[in-house]
Amino acid sequence: MELNRIKQFKRGALLGLPIALGYLPVSFAFGIKAVANGIAPIWSIIISMTNLTSAGQVAAADIIGASGTYAEMALTTLVINARYMLMSISLTQKMRKFSMGKKLAAAFGVTDEIFIVASTTPYELTFPLMLGLIAVPYIGWTVGTALGSFAGGLLPEYLARAMEISLYAMFIAIIVPAVKRDIKILFAVAVAVAISAAMYFLAPFISSGWVIIIAAVTASALGATFFPRKAADGE
Amino acid sequence: MRIFVYVLIMAGVTYLIRALPFILLRGEIKSVWLRSFFYYVPYAVLGAMTFPAIFFCTGSVVVSAIGCATAICTAFLGGGLVTAALVSVAAVLLAGLVM
Repeated sequence: MELNRIKQFKRGALLGLPIALGYLPVSFAFGIKAVANGIAPIWSIIISMTNLTSAGQVAAADIIGASGTYAEMALTTLVINARYMLMSISLTQKMRKFSMGKKLAAAFGVTDEIFIVASTTPYELTFPLMLGLIAVPYIGWTVGTALGSFAGGLLPEYLARAMEISLYAMFIAIIVPAVKRDIKILFAVAVAVAISAAMYFLAPFISSGWVIIIAAVTASALGATFFPRKAADGE
Repeated sequence: MRIFVYVLIMAGVTYLIRALPFILLRGEIKSVWLRSFFYYVPYAVLGAMTFPAIFFCTGSVVVSAIGCATAICTAFLGGGLVTAALVSVAAVLLAGLVM
């Protein structure tokens, strides 16, 4: 049993590895930005370790830099990170067997990337697997922030930018086999992409957090309406 | 210590957003529509996050498009997450050198 748990943890850690790689340049960029906003390196690391969220932290660094109000901080965080609620709701269905303590621990690690991997992996979602899947990206996120805060100028910019594509490449590597397995998924993805692209160009003032919520809710609702899945459909 | 209060607020709000569904929603969702809805959510999130952002992440739309195409081909041929990520980064670096 113990060995089995270790195996599951390792499996989760392996799933989390590309997420950690993708997080490095993003958290590195956050570290640079935080320091530029007058936040001490130790605090930018604490922010990363307690929040584990990209867009939310970047917006927060701006608010701290501008000495914004606490209400502004709370509201901005709420708006940008509201999408996690949608993801947590979805994950409750896969973690029904977890004890409440384990659920509340896993909840801390709900990020876009970890959610996507957790909800699309063919493996059974166990607590040790979730721990591995959260721990490795968490380390990547923290280390990247530290490096960016302390040594932001050392990484050549072209390398940092090239690394940024790794997160998106990973998303594509999740989406392609899923579409091959179930072509109905392509419909939901296409609708979400169309909405996201339209809002990017036509309504650039809407924050990316809201774009994801609006696009995902609309696309999934249309998918559920036109291509509902019977309860037995391979889960 | 203003920074302490800022961090407390942002971490608290973010964690509550993530944890509340686990506290409030304990049962199984029975509705076929809702189950289908949540089946599609991760893929829709994925699509919305990737496009069009992927085309602007390297500073050059052409270089990004090459990285994007590389990722799609790698994934189509059965490459896993790490493979697709590394191959795309390599493609972007190479394309950046050539252009």
